[in-house]
Amino acid sequence: MPSLKELKGRINSVKSTQKITKAKQMVAAAKLRRAQAAAEAGRPYATRLAAVMASLAGKVSSDSAPRLLAGTGADQRHLLVVVNTDKGLCGGLNANIVKAAKVKARELIADGKTVEFYLVGKKGRAPLKREFPSAVGDGFDTSTVKTPGFTEAEAIADELIALFDAGKFDIAHLVYPTFKSALAQDPTVNQLIPVPTPANTAASDAVVEYEPGEEEILEELLPRYVRTQLFGALLEREASEQGASMTAMDNATRNAGDLIGKLTIIYNRQRQAAITTELIEIIAGAEAL
Amino acid sequence: MPLHFELVTPAKLVRSEEVHMVVVPGAEGEFGVLEGHAPFMSTVRDGAVQIYKTEASAPEVIEVRGGFAEVNEKGLTVLAEHVEG
Repeated sequence: MPSLKELKGRINSVKSTQKITKAKQMVAAAKLRRAQAAAEAGRPYATRLAAVMASLAGKVSSDSAPRLLAGTGADQRHLLVVVNTDKGLCGGLNANIVKAAKVKARELIADGKTVEFYLVGKKGRAPLKREFPSAVGDGFDTSTVKTPGFTEAEAIADELIALFDAGKFDIAHLVYPTFKSALAQDPTVNQLIPVPTPANTAASDAVVEYEPGEEEILEELLPRYVRTQLFGALLEREASEQGASMTAMDNATRNAGDLIGKLTIIYNRQRQAAITTELIEIIAGAEAL
Repeated sequence: MPLHFELVTPAKLVRSEEVHMVVVPGAEGEFGVLEGHAPFMSTVRDGAVQIYKTEASAPEVIEVRGGFAEVNEKGLTVLAEHVEG
């Protein structure tokens, strides 16, 4: 049985933990609103770009298509671009992303492909390195900026496209969390490079004039599309992180509250027991006289 | 008849409004878009997009970098990577 002093110490320590989790929860809640708004503000661009892509891709014949659309012709070397958060305290979010990445990697390895990783964010590095020590290559550090924006997405995309042009990989997949709500963030795996041809290639019959030409426009559009995808992933990650953090910290705060309640009951019971013992001692002493 | 004009960046929808005419710095020269323009697609070089609210008013100028313009039956959409101001 712990002594009264020890119990008091534990109660105090749980209380300060609760203060931390509570503060983190409130910070996450405030940031979530902003991150969610940013994620929503980014959607019109993505949808419009996708629409333009769809109408263009349907018009360019496949043999003259740029490499970013047509691919290298092989599908041997795969690159998994895994977008993780930089900070912890967000529940199972990073574990779930890593799990999705591992599943995809194992699937590809089972098919006899080679897999490499390109990591965005700090948190996924350690667990992936443990599982695939030789496959974890380069990464992009987003922890130096407060809120990763389009500049970072641009930098990542340029690096990936440079790697692709250098023939380092054939197919790139993007693994990132999709923000559904504060309670649910689903890891998503998307093909990034070569750009998947949109399914609805039902091009409108309208005669569209192109300047300079379809292929030149497409050539310029594809890197932009990759950038937008990465930007979207960064925004989703931000919202997911805050959402997951809010939920996890809410649970932690509640749990700490329960723990404090239980410890206080034990503490009071012990105190009562000590008082009773003292009283018995006094009474017994008085009777002995 | 007004022209529906949208200027979109990855970060946000900058403009979505009815205007008289927009002059876009296309890759092969500036072009003005009025209501009823034929379907058209062009890359945009870095430069200023001029928006004429009405026929007589002075143009509002927005600097854009890296972009793409599309004219369809719904209006003009400029997708720019960066917008200044």
